[in-house]
Amino acid sequence: MSSAENTARGIAAAVRAGERSAVDVVEEHLARIAGREGEIHAFNEVLADEARAAAEAIDRGDRSGALAGVPVAVKDNLCTRGIPTTCSSKILEGWRPPYDATVVSRLLAAGAINIGKTNLDEFAMGSSTENSAFGPTRNPHDTSRVPGGSSGGSAAAVAAGFAPLSLGSDTGGSIRQPAALCGVVGVKPTYGLVSRYGLVAFASSLDQVGPFATTVADAALLLEVIAGHDPMDSTSIERPAPSLVEVLEAGVDGLRVGVLREMVDAEGIAPDVRRRTEEAAEALAAAGAKVEEASVPAATLGLSAYYLIAPAEASSNLARYDGVRYGLRVDAPNTGLMNEASRTAGFGAEVKRRIMLGTYALSAGYYDAYYGKAQQVRTLIIRDFQAAYEQFDLLLSPTSPTTAFPLGAKVDDPLTMYLNDVCTIPTNLAGDPAMSVPFGAGDDGLPIGVQLLAPALGEATMFRAAAVLEGVAP
Amino acid sequence: MTATEVSTWELVVGLEVHVELATATKIFCGCRNQFGDEPNTNVCPVCLGLPGSLPVLNRQAVDFAMRIGLSLNCSVQPSIFHRKNYFYPDMPKDYQVSQYDLPINTDGFLELPDGTRIGIERAHLEEDTGKSTHVGGGGRIHDAGYSLVDYNRAGVPLVEIVSRPDIHSAEHARAYVNELRAILVAIGASDAKMEEGSMRVDANVSVNRPGDPWGTRCEIKNLNSTRSLGRAIDYEMRRQIDLLEAGERVVQETRHWNEDDGRTHTLRSKEEAFDYRYFPEPDLVPIAPDAAWQEEVRASLPVLPAGRRAQLVERTGATPETAGVVVERDLDAFVLDSLAAGGVAGRLLVHAENNLADGTGRLEPTTFAAMTVMEADGALTATQAKTVLQELVANGGDPVAVAAAKGFEAMDDSALAAIVDELIAANPEPFQRFREGDGKVTGFFVGQVMKATQGKADGKVVTRLLQERAQA
Amino acid sequence: MADRITRDDVAYVANLARLRVSDDELDMFTGQLAAVLAHADDVAALDTAGVPPTAHPLPLENVLRADEPRPSLDRVEVLAAAPAVEDDRFRVPPVLGEAP
Repeated sequence: MSSAENTARGIAAAVRAGERSAVDVVEEHLARIAGREGEIHAFNEVLADEARAAAEAIDRGDRSGALAGVPVAVKDNLCTRGIPTTCSSKILEGWRPPYDATVVSRLLAAGAINIGKTNLDEFAMGSSTENSAFGPTRNPHDTSRVPGGSSGGSAAAVAAGFAPLSLGSDTGGSIRQPAALCGVVGVKPTYGLVSRYGLVAFASSLDQVGPFATTVADAALLLEVIAGHDPMDSTSIERPAPSLVEVLEAGVDGLRVGVLREMVDAEGIAPDVRRRTEEAAEALAAAGAKVEEASVPAATLGLSAYYLIAPAEASSNLARYDGVRYGLRVDAPNTGLMNEASRTAGFGAEVKRRIMLGTYALSAGYYDAYYGKAQQVRTLIIRDFQAAYEQFDLLLSPTSPTTAFPLGAKVDDPLTMYLNDVCTIPTNLAGDPAMSVPFGAGDDGLPIGVQLLAPALGEATMFRAAAVLEGVAP
Repeated sequence: MTATEVSTWELVVGLEVHVELATATKIFCGCRNQFGDEPNTNVCPVCLGLPGSLPVLNRQAVDFAMRIGLSLNCSVQPSIFHRKNYFYPDMPKDYQVSQYDLPINTDGFLELPDGTRIGIERAHLEEDTGKSTHVGGGGRIHDAGYSLVDYNRAGVPLVEIVSRPDIHSAEHARAYVNELRAILVAIGASDAKMEEGSMRVDANVSVNRPGDPWGTRCEIKNLNSTRSLGRAIDYEMRRQIDLLEAGERVVQETRHWNEDDGRTHTLRSKEEAFDYRYFPEPDLVPIAPDAAWQEEVRASLPVLPAGRRAQLVERTGATPETAGVVVERDLDAFVLDSLAAGGVAGRLLVHAENNLADGTGRLEPTTFAAMTVMEADGALTATQAKTVLQELVANGGDPVAVAAAKGFEAMDDSALAAIVDELIAANPEPFQRFREGDGKVTGFFVGQVMKATQGKADGKVVTRLLQERAQA
Repeated sequence: MADRITRDDVAYVANLARLRVSDDELDMFTGQLAAVLAHADDVAALDTAGVPPTAHPLPLENVLRADEPRPSLDRVEVLAAAPAVEDDRFRVPPVLGEAP
């Protein structure tokens, strides 16, 4: 599905040159949506009229933006002014934010066209998009299977050709894992590189917004548009967006690549996933990289630390949904009961589970043993990564332990579901960038992605290696 | 309860004062920090806590926090913010961003006018909540009405100043609040008006027998003036003493002061221990004001009230009480200028303390000085000077001219002596009592002389004349 | 190693978080949370003496903004999202208890 003219770069070039109209581009994509959205359910809302109007405006006016005329799908936990932003939750059903997220403003300023808000696990909590209050999204490669999560809708939209680009968010792997399961490129940038203003918070010290695309170059282009310092986000790095597109062809000659032993050998990693990871390592070596074994021992603690830190922050971030100022309200005789009734009716089971877990981890008497300890473990993970990056420029690992699993296969056991994130979580804790690149298929013919990891602000190096892998992917 | 019974108990008071800072905008967003605007017009995604919003700290709030800390002799240190989690409708995020174990200011003190030092434990930054108004209902559950919430105040920057429990009387509590207010106004950090809510005081009160450890304390809220503060402390102290003397115990709780019935009342029958689940605010980064910034703030501080009082005492010989009043009236600079213009210190202070409550108007340091010299020379009596002063304040001018225009001149001593002799002759009995040492009769004679001279006599001279004749 | 989470613990945190859970849900959640926390026990058991906690992966400090007004939201838009409004304010049922 990634012939040159269907890529974002291809579309942008054609629209800029006047060879294609933005309206035609939008109609083409709306037609594909009409064809398969019924079975895939990538979107909570398709913005057909708005997209057409935006395309007309592009055709009439300024086509110079880097993404002018390019349809982009936006995960439904990113605020879009006047357009419902539901986080796939009943508690925000119909809520229209009075402002745009910074990344959305930047997208629109670059001339991109928001073609729809995509489905997700409720409040970004999940690895399969089955926790959505509005029904799951299905994997375009096999609609009996999950697309991954939490950004399942955004991954599926790109995989199905509904848009060449989409935005997702990644807290423990929610961009990279669905990217791997859907056979597309997905990037989690360095923490602080992309503004979080307007991203509905799940776990504040872990969340990042990032791109999905069918090609590495397209992902680079989108990341360039959205990245860079934002004065509205205190945790935003004081730097402009990096230049990525221009370094893509630099290759990997001489780069030191470490294959992450703890992740490749982790329990639950399927043999075909392991094999593809090793093939990717060989491909990089063949292209001139120095490939060796690497170790980040503390990474094995990542899952446990994450499932204390993330729910703790989430329990606080989700307190605001109390039925007072917006969202679902269920009436009651007093405010306390009204809060309770509204939240009980509005939140799904996974969200409730994580809120309770997080509340427990922070509560009096347990803070030191749980949250406090997890923050210390986080330091250990950061140190181990830093040590690894003294020896290596990049690390390599599987993205997801398995290919896409069937819908319903893991919903009954949260713990099994959490294991999907074992390879992706450590980088969120460290704050470093990582991306998933499609690299062949599994024994079942379903897509497999391999993960490239880089030190903080090492996006350029990461993208160079990704471009190489893309070039030789099976 | 007799005074003796009360005095066998020690009172321990700690005060928590929340101060709204005089910034132009809120602590984490650019909405205006303005009292009295139409409800919900100074709000944005940040201070409403809308999904996806993020805080960005106001530099001026940090500056004011440092000013407050340094004025209270605190150490300024690197600090972080914490979230204090609880549900309440006036809290847009259902957590308050505050400071917990690493506050910006610690370990200072405030010196009261009488020289007592009250320890300051900490003074930290936090955000204010919205304001809810209760509508309808008679206070009963089944008749409870509803509430309306305005978020204009949500996100206004606050500094919370926590004293050590070094206060041992209601008078000192009031003095503490008055002095704190004077400091806050002097440094420009806040207008600190209890009646308007820009300064809110909560009192922690306990009692104990001398030598015993501190008793259980109660927190008193809803104090709208320093007068309420004093009354509430007095009431609460007696309430606790009564309980303990009856063999009961004081329950640790929060109580509301009711101005109308003059009592504190329990808010809940059982104290709910809030589990605030404090954790570091992940959306904000640490603040570490460098030495240069701290020095800049320190250098920009004005002379504080304690310093002004000290200066006045040193240069005019004023008593601490007089100095306190004069500085509180903001008249110290004027007094010192008048002193420099040749004024007489004692007279300047008397007038400043007693006769300039409405300000100096068109009075100038030069004319003030000249008038006090006239008084000291005997050219004006005290009573006459008061009248001249009023004229100078209202209309300006020169004291000599004003005195002449009013027909004030000093009475000649011999003319006065003649009047005194006439009165003695006419009042032999009172004079006999005066001879025998009855000081009260003096007032009668002075009054009679004043009547006869239309107030032109100098009372001190009259007394001296009487004494001379009494000894003759 | 921290004690195993109990049904009472779950009821307590549910209340703190303003969530109502039925008896069946309480049993289910207790089991599920206990399983997750059992995994977390390998974290709790670690010797991390002397390791500073990381609250932020970024070493940023002193991020401040100028004290300059920015436009506020249009009140109409703000109140349009509200479940209940009266007198241009958000209307809520009576509040029991005082703010802490």
